[in-house]
Amino acid sequence: MDEAGFAPSKPAERKISNPLWLNAEITFRCPLHCVFCYNPVDYARSGPELSTEDWLRVFREARELGAVQLGISGGEPLMRDDVEVMVAEAHRLGYYTNLLTSGIGLTEKRIAAFKEGGLDQIQLSFQDSTRELNDFLSSTRTFDLKSKVAKLIKQYEYPMVLNVVLHRLNIDHIQAILDMAEAMGVEHVELANTQYYSWALINRDQLIPSREQLVRAEEITNQFRARMGNRCKVYFVVPDYYATRPKACMNGWGSVFLNIASDGLALPCHEARQLPGITFPNVRDHDVRWIWHESPGFNAYRGDEWMKEPCRSCPEKTKDFGGCRCQAYMLTGDATNTDPVCDLSPNHHLITDVVEKAQVPGQPVKVHPIVFRDDKNSRKLSEKGQPETTPVG
Amino acid sequence: MSEARIAPEAVIELERQYRFQWEPAQQSHVLLYPEGMIKLSGSAGEIMKCVDGQTTAAGIVEKLERAFPGNDLRKDVMEFLEVAYGRGWIRTKQAG
Repeated sequence: MDEAGFAPSKPAERKISNPLWLNAEITFRCPLHCVFCYNPVDYARSGPELSTEDWLRVFREARELGAVQLGISGGEPLMRDDVEVMVAEAHRLGYYTNLLTSGIGLTEKRIAAFKEGGLDQIQLSFQDSTRELNDFLSSTRTFDLKSKVAKLIKQYEYPMVLNVVLHRLNIDHIQAILDMAEAMGVEHVELANTQYYSWALINRDQLIPSREQLVRAEEITNQFRARMGNRCKVYFVVPDYYATRPKACMNGWGSVFLNIASDGLALPCHEARQLPGITFPNVRDHDVRWIWHESPGFNAYRGDEWMKEPCRSCPEKTKDFGGCRCQAYMLTGDATNTDPVCDLSPNHHLITDVVEKAQVPGQPVKVHPIVFRDDKNSRKLSEKGQPETTPVG
Repeated sequence: MSEARIAPEAVIELERQYRFQWEPAQQSHVLLYPEGMIKLSGSAGEIMKCVDGQTTAAGIVEKLERAFPGNDLRKDVMEFLEVAYGRGWIRTKQAG
């Protein structure tokens, strides 16, 4: 009568596991300009978007490999007018289909069509519980619109995840954020502390919270959890900069997660596009089975043959897989290094230096103005290559 | 969660956000929910197959005892339903 909980994580097995998660970044277009967006900073130079037919084929092929969860995300996925077709086909194939949206463009007509097509749940992002900060952080005036959309989602009886990315500028509003979630009647709240990739890495000094802020936020979250029980489940994603062991990024490279970007590039995570020396496959050229099992990109960091010390001889390598390859690359210049979040890494100071600076109360000193994710900045960053705060060494 | 009590006459249904299905790639029944999957054991899968929003807890026991004759399944089934209820996978439906 036992049940196995989350299925993945059997690192001892040498055979390649099935993908469980297909994340379809169907467009990089977005009406918001969030300062912590994890889309590539050079998205402006990514190729043309996949066609509807391409996407449906990818859904079918990934489902045949065993993927059960489908995220339709972006950018803002609702910038495309064929999401209805995708939802219906995904449902027919047996996916649990999740729409990850800012809510912009989610009209009642579309919500009704998605319901009819079999959309399983909607993840709505809010940047903050207050209009002022929500609108500032996304560089738009969207708070009232999002509130309206949240009501519509409940009216159509969708399970709903409220996603709020936490950071230095909004984490102290956590009580108000949770109150907002309760008032909306959402079943899941995802309080995702910013992870420092892409646009968030550029804005890292402005976004990283102090330890005191974090502790307080977690306390308030735990009180809320105790009070709400099963009525509302709260995920609190701890920022890995405050950890001493790295996260088991993506549950291991090419282990459960398959990301397809709007231009068809197949990636083991949202960020891997930036890694040097790897040519990732494109779904325009290859089928998903080949991509997952055979492509050099997806095999690059499977297993542990690629590891260096201190990971190679570390007993914890089967648990955290040496952390995140992209973070290792972004911060140390070598993707095969230990993720510097690990305090066994000789580069751990790259993390602690940043954390230490974040303990100074108030606004951080000596930073460039906050950089919004928009086409103009992306074009600039495309020309420059790497964001300027990256200490490649 | 150990306080949860399911009366034998309570009609059991799946919580709205969960979906129950057979997964060929896993060779097992699973519960899908936002961003997650619970892989069920064989017996848990058999019980969940009977959760249809119309059958009572006692009815589920009866059905399973018919399908697997010669076994007294009441205790195991009720225990599983309590666990599933405690974890929010299922809920009891108001009569009528």
